[in-house]
Amino acid sequence: MAEPMARRVGLFVTCLVDLIRPSVGFAAATLLEDAGCTVEVPPQSCCGQPAFNSGDRATAREIAAQVIVAFAPYDYVVAPSGSCAGMLKVHYPELFRGDPNWQPHADALAEKTYELVSFLVDVCGLDRVKARLEATATYHDSCSSLRELGVRDQPRRLLATVEGLRLAEMRDTEVCCGFGGTFCVKYPEISNAIVAKKAAAIAATGADLLLAGDLGCLMNMAGKLQRDGAKIEARHVAEVLAGMTHEPAIGVPPRRGAA
Amino acid sequence: MVDLAPHTATSPWFKDNARTALADAELQNALKFVEANFIARRREVAGQLPEFELLRDSARDIRDHTLAHLDLYLAAYEKRVVEHGGHVHYAVTGEDAQRIVLGICRKLGARTVTKGKSMVAEEIGLNDFLEAHGVIPVETDLGEYIVQLRQEMPSHIIAPAVHLTKAQIESEFRRVHTHLPRDRNLAEPTSLLAEARAVLREKFLTADVGITGANFLVAETGTSVIVTNEGNGDLTQTLPRAHIVLASIEKLVPTLEDLSQLLRVLARSATGQEMSVYTTLSTGPRRPDDPDGPAEYHVVLLDNGRSSMLGGAFRDMLRCIRCGACMNHCPIYHAVGGHAYGWVYSGPMGAVLTPSLIGIDRAGHLPNASTFCGRCEEVCPVRIPLPRMMRSWREREFEQHLSPATVRSGLAFWAFFAKRPRLYGIATAAAARLLGFVGRRWGRFAWLPLASGWTRHRDFPAPQGATFQAQWKSAERGRLARSYVSSAGGQSGKGTGGTDGRDRRAPGPPP
Repeated sequence: MAEPMARRVGLFVTCLVDLIRPSVGFAAATLLEDAGCTVEVPPQSCCGQPAFNSGDRATAREIAAQVIVAFAPYDYVVAPSGSCAGMLKVHYPELFRGDPNWQPHADALAEKTYELVSFLVDVCGLDRVKARLEATATYHDSCSSLRELGVRDQPRRLLATVEGLRLAEMRDTEVCCGFGGTFCVKYPEISNAIVAKKAAAIAATGADLLLAGDLGCLMNMAGKLQRDGAKIEARHVAEVLAGMTHEPAIGVPPRRGAA
Repeated sequence: MVDLAPHTATSPWFKDNARTALADAELQNALKFVEANFIARRREVAGQLPEFELLRDSARDIRDHTLAHLDLYLAAYEKRVVEHGGHVHYAVTGEDAQRIVLGICRKLGARTVTKGKSMVAEEIGLNDFLEAHGVIPVETDLGEYIVQLRQEMPSHIIAPAVHLTKAQIESEFRRVHTHLPRDRNLAEPTSLLAEARAVLREKFLTADVGITGANFLVAETGTSVIVTNEGNGDLTQTLPRAHIVLASIEKLVPTLEDLSQLLRVLARSATGQEMSVYTTLSTGPRRPDDPDGPAEYHVVLLDNGRSSMLGGAFRDMLRCIRCGACMNHCPIYHAVGGHAYGWVYSGPMGAVLTPSLIGIDRAGHLPNASTFCGRCEEVCPVRIPLPRMMRSWREREFEQHLSPATVRSGLAFWAFFAKRPRLYGIATAAAARLLGFVGRRWGRFAWLPLASGWTRHRDFPAPQGATFQAQWKSAERGRLARSYVSSAGGQSGKGTGGTDGRDRRAPGPPP
């Protein structure tokens, strides 16, 4: 009965999740399926942001066109990232503005694209999850989620329903972590100065778990915390919401003997 | 003196500047003030005004309207200034403006000029020029006075000496004010202020010409407007024989009513004040029954590239009212301060404006040194899309082949695969397996070839193993096989291990 009504979601898995942390993709798929969606994953590479933000508009457009075509069949496009979802939702229409052939398609894609957690809450009407985790977590707002897509309360609302989880807000949670895509390797010293402040803010909460909705930011913050020797684990918020925290946290080796 | 003319900009060496700034403990200490003070104050005062967001819309619209009709408003403004007995001079370039100002000083036989804070004067390197021609400029804004003593440029458009600690200012005063007793107490900020006041009071009285900038020029009345917190601007423009207003052409607003709207967002965005302490409107020279005021009133209107911005991609930048909110909220500015940007304008507004004024070939780093976090646009009182315009600069750079060769070739290599999802899948699957295998033991890398920019400061996580897409595909195959087997009434197939199957929830904690 529910099956024909199910929302058909094309999962835009993002290149970082695809390459570095597939478990986030599976957590996202699980959350979406549990919310009554069917999930499909068409062949995909990247949203094109590295080209777009480096000023290579032609390449960005080529990649965007490819994404638009690949995701045309779905009711919704959902990404476990505010940055990539923001690229599709906010910047694709900019890339094709005034182009009579592509603009309508870019607008249509933008219309149906969502960041994962806001999709679950705002579109699927999810108000609680069945997950359990004994931890004190602090949640970092990624810039794109917060300022491009207005995602702020949704993840906090769902995290509040995770059994055993306490949320400790960090100071300046709305401040950038210093990742910035290619910025972090083009201006490594500045990026380091920014993420050092962020790491200090995270540590000051006393939390043992750092959560965020963007793997890029998480890798940056987790990498800094680990380099500093801080004993704080970092995970994508989807892993916690899906109750899939059996995989080692970001940058943590698998336990000996585990598969 | 530091020569501030564009050719001396150190913007091409932004990276070196930034490195120096990051290693400067005193600077880092001083910069904490920006984060700790401006942001919270703005948030508080903006929150107290329910219509603040609407005022921002209105401010944007007023600026857009003015820019769309700038020719008309300039003509109307000039007419009013002249009617009130003032003089209007148009300067196409910075050199023209320098010459005009010097001409007025010479005509009056001026030897000392006092100056209110003016970023346009910094832009054209006016102090150096005047000094080289025998006219001594004295900055009267406390911050400007301090940076003048130190032969530096301002590091912030509204707080010129924000890069300095109190101790640095004290030692500077002791170095320069040698006529004062050595054992005087300068421990308190108020004592520093009092000392600067006493020294400057003398200059105010001896100056022949006073030069100020303008926050706004009102077309309706021919009025120039400055907002200050120290009152130095008032003394600068009323005491000497002549007052020269040096302002760029985009400072126009149509009416006094428009002015009042803009003033309501300016101080709130800048310092978190409802209004600055002084808001001073000047219209023409002293009239017969005025108690004070200058005998001559000149306005030098500087173009310096702005009219060519009017028709282009960076037009929105001309809405800027120089409040500094963008730099106050910028993580890059917080990290390196204003001097690293290498020229007069810093922070996000500088990253957009500087390439327009000194060229993208020289200022290319500035619009690149941004994470696009978007906080600047979020607080801009006239809603300038700063990140979008920084990206526009990057596009120009890319088109003109100015971006570094390593960036271009790296991008081309990545793009080759990104444009071919299936090939990309094969390449990333191989990379993920290799990195996953090598990094498995420690879970992360402390060093990676070609990624030293990352690994110098942070660890890089090892991939979990196979890519998501590869795992998903085999899980799909597993699912199809399962449904085939179960519909045939056989045993349900088993996942192939790993994160397979709907059993995707699978790999549970080890037993």
